[in-house]
Amino acid sequence: MKKFAALITAIDATTRTNEKTDALVRYLEEASDADKLWCVALLSGNRPKRPVKTALLREWAASEAGIPLWLFEESYYVAGDLAETVALVLPPPEREDDASLTERMETLEGLRKKSDEEKEAAIRHIWRGANKAERFVFNKLMTGGFRIGVSTKLMTRALARHLGEDENAVAHRLMGNWDPRTANFQSLLADPDPDEDLSRPYPFYLAYPAEGGTEQLGPVEEWQFEYKWDGIRGQLIFRKGAVFLWSRGEELITERFPDIAVPALNLPRDAVIDGEILAYKDGSPLTFNHLQKRIGRKKPGKKILDDSPAVLMAYDLLEESGKDLRDMPLDERRRRLEALIAEAETDALKISPLLRPATPDEAGRLRAESRAAMAEGLMIKRRSGTYKIGRKKGEWWKWKTDPMTIDAVLIYAMRGHGRRANLFSDYTFAVWDGAELVPVAKAYSGLTDREMQETDRFVKQHTIERFGPVRSVKPELVFEIGFEGIAPSTRHKSGIALRFPRMLRQRTDKKPEDADTLENVRKLLEEFQ
Amino acid sequence: MALIEFTEKGLYCPPADLYIDPWRPVRRALITHAHADHSRWGMGVYAAHRHSIPVMRHRLGSIEAVGVDYGEKLRVNGVDVSFHPAGHIPGSAQIRLKFGKEIWVISGDYKLEDDGLAEPFAPVKCTHFVTESTFGLPIYRWQPQHEVMSDLNGWWAANRDYGLCSLVLTYALGKAQRILSSIDAGIGEVFVHGAVHQTNLALEHAGYSFPHARYLTSEIDKSRLRGALVLAPPSALGSPWVNRLKPYRTASASGWMALRGNRRRRNADRGFVLSDHADWESLNSAVEATGAEHIFVTHGYSDVFSDWLRAKGLRADTVKTAFEGESAEMKPARNGENDSE
Repeated sequence: MKKFAALITAIDATTRTNEKTDALVRYLEEASDADKLWCVALLSGNRPKRPVKTALLREWAASEAGIPLWLFEESYYVAGDLAETVALVLPPPEREDDASLTERMETLEGLRKKSDEEKEAAIRHIWRGANKAERFVFNKLMTGGFRIGVSTKLMTRALARHLGEDENAVAHRLMGNWDPRTANFQSLLADPDPDEDLSRPYPFYLAYPAEGGTEQLGPVEEWQFEYKWDGIRGQLIFRKGAVFLWSRGEELITERFPDIAVPALNLPRDAVIDGEILAYKDGSPLTFNHLQKRIGRKKPGKKILDDSPAVLMAYDLLEESGKDLRDMPLDERRRRLEALIAEAETDALKISPLLRPATPDEAGRLRAESRAAMAEGLMIKRRSGTYKIGRKKGEWWKWKTDPMTIDAVLIYAMRGHGRRANLFSDYTFAVWDGAELVPVAKAYSGLTDREMQETDRFVKQHTIERFGPVRSVKPELVFEIGFEGIAPSTRHKSGIALRFPRMLRQRTDKKPEDADTLENVRKLLEEFQ
Repeated sequence: MALIEFTEKGLYCPPADLYIDPWRPVRRALITHAHADHSRWGMGVYAAHRHSIPVMRHRLGSIEAVGVDYGEKLRVNGVDVSFHPAGHIPGSAQIRLKFGKEIWVISGDYKLEDDGLAEPFAPVKCTHFVTESTFGLPIYRWQPQHEVMSDLNGWWAANRDYGLCSLVLTYALGKAQRILSSIDAGIGEVFVHGAVHQTNLALEHAGYSFPHARYLTSEIDKSRLRGALVLAPPSALGSPWVNRLKPYRTASASGWMALRGNRRRRNADRGFVLSDHADWESLNSAVEATGAEHIFVTHGYSDVFSDWLRAKGLRADTVKTAFEGESAEMKPARNGENDSE
């Protein structure tokens, strides 16, 4: 555990990718196979179930530190991270224990079945034998959310260097469902059997935002244009008679979408298809709102299947008849995809149509009109390009439509977490309903660090009331809020839910009374529902 | 009538007709230390510890100022006034005022750890104690200075081995000199930014010396900066001045670096937890050592810290002042530097 904690400290202490990778490789060189697996699993976001309620952790930590719970809570508001707050308030260690990462993970696993008293005794015992860095890591393992600035890409690179292998091959092995408790480092990562896991997906290739439009891309003939669909990215796998559907979050969602998975059995040969899961009816995609209803249902009933049927809008073919096609040019993959989908003869598998703008201007027009096709912009892919891993610049671009916008007033601010701990960075915005301001959106992105610090200072100086980590502030600042969609909502007082709201800029030219009204927002709802 | 009143201009002592660290111009001001939020422009006459005076003159220009020694007894209209070490920066003082049975101690900013530079903090018994609370939460517990310095030396030495310059961003008054006095100068050459250099010169008038620090002028050959340590105020990072240090690594030295969020948000490659303010344990032991019956909590986590003191059975109140607490870190002070953490 000491070494793993030192690794986390080293990663945390630098903002440089190379230094992080070096630290990871050094750790992998020294660690046991079991610890390596846990390290890879934890840093790729695979984490164990919470062994103990966080409310209890707070109580035990406060008691161990000899402070009242309210003071612990105040400290937590400021630190913004439970694991860190606990590590910081605990008194200095009494001993120095030396348990491995794997042993600690086994202890945590064992705790889940124990009584609260036994949990408390075990956890306090571990705290007393650990230094600040170990406590932080141990608490993180208990509270989940191990986000420390290590991307899967970075983990993959370090692992590839450690194994002396190709990054892409290692990335593929890391995909899918594996369990560090039962997996074996050698067979999973060092020399895997290719047939072992039929369900294993390929890493997704992600597009870069094309901020400047198509101008810099060169001749339009070199590019493939499609709509950018507003659904869930999915990978459909059909191998040896079995179907698997993965989401981009590497979650297996086959059972949630029987209306895709069952028809996929009609595929004429083994294949791995990349596409967008969409709610789709009467020849047109439905709003994202419909799909949202489907995402939460593990086993959708008949009614919801009728109201919000799903399809896969296919746009790429990664594997056919057991052969990896990712190194082929897009044109060739597309040709094969079209043939395959035609042979499957099912409405549940559609092919994302090609748009063929003759000029950049025409591409711009297609983008501007894409909302009418229920899309949120264009995807632009180099026709000669291969299928890469992760977000890479240069060959796949997403060119989204301009967001819808409203001007709204800042009325609440909450302290952020992680990088934004101790900074009021999460804001609630309101619009006018008569003489009253009604909250309409929460947003926490879009501002630069400097703008956020200025807003933070405004919040601190114009606080009206405090409610724990939240403060109500004098309604004075107006922001332009951009969003991608709008839907009716019974959970919000305004009766409206905005999709992906974020701050586009502060409207220093506007006074609070110039902000939008709820009536304006309702008009947008009618227009785009 | 209380011996000290909290007024719009600052802490006021009516019988002596004196203000302590006032934030508006007044006739007579006692100054705890030379940082910009405690020692402001426009007072008729200033009284401060004699080590503070040269720095105050450097910052405020030509002022009428009286230098006082620690423990020296003054008497103003029947009020006994004396200055006692606060351990915050060179010349920093707690100011004691006694009138009848009431004894007030106004501690300004303070820390308990002996940093080897400022006269170490000395507890003063009193009936009323005015305390800061910049780091008044139990998440703030400092490591001993020698451990922090050993980390900093290690970072510097590693950068030197890669041929890099090590730039430490820190406040020009106090922290910079503390680092200069405790760094391992055997690792390489040490240079300072003009703002630090000017402050050093002022402190040299007060009898301090910083033999390792060289003023980084344009005459210094660039090659000497490889492997060197450079101290500069945070504002230097955004200016063209920093270009000549390339290739360099940056570190920030501040108590705020105790929090991961602040470390990640900082504009530097590394964060070292080094503060000239008292941590949680120190604030508590300082308050206890005064034996005061009434505690007044100023800048920082003042509401929470006074709640805590009340929970411990003490009489405590929050006082609003113009001293800089929570947001001070972000806010550039005059001359683009930043003094009070």
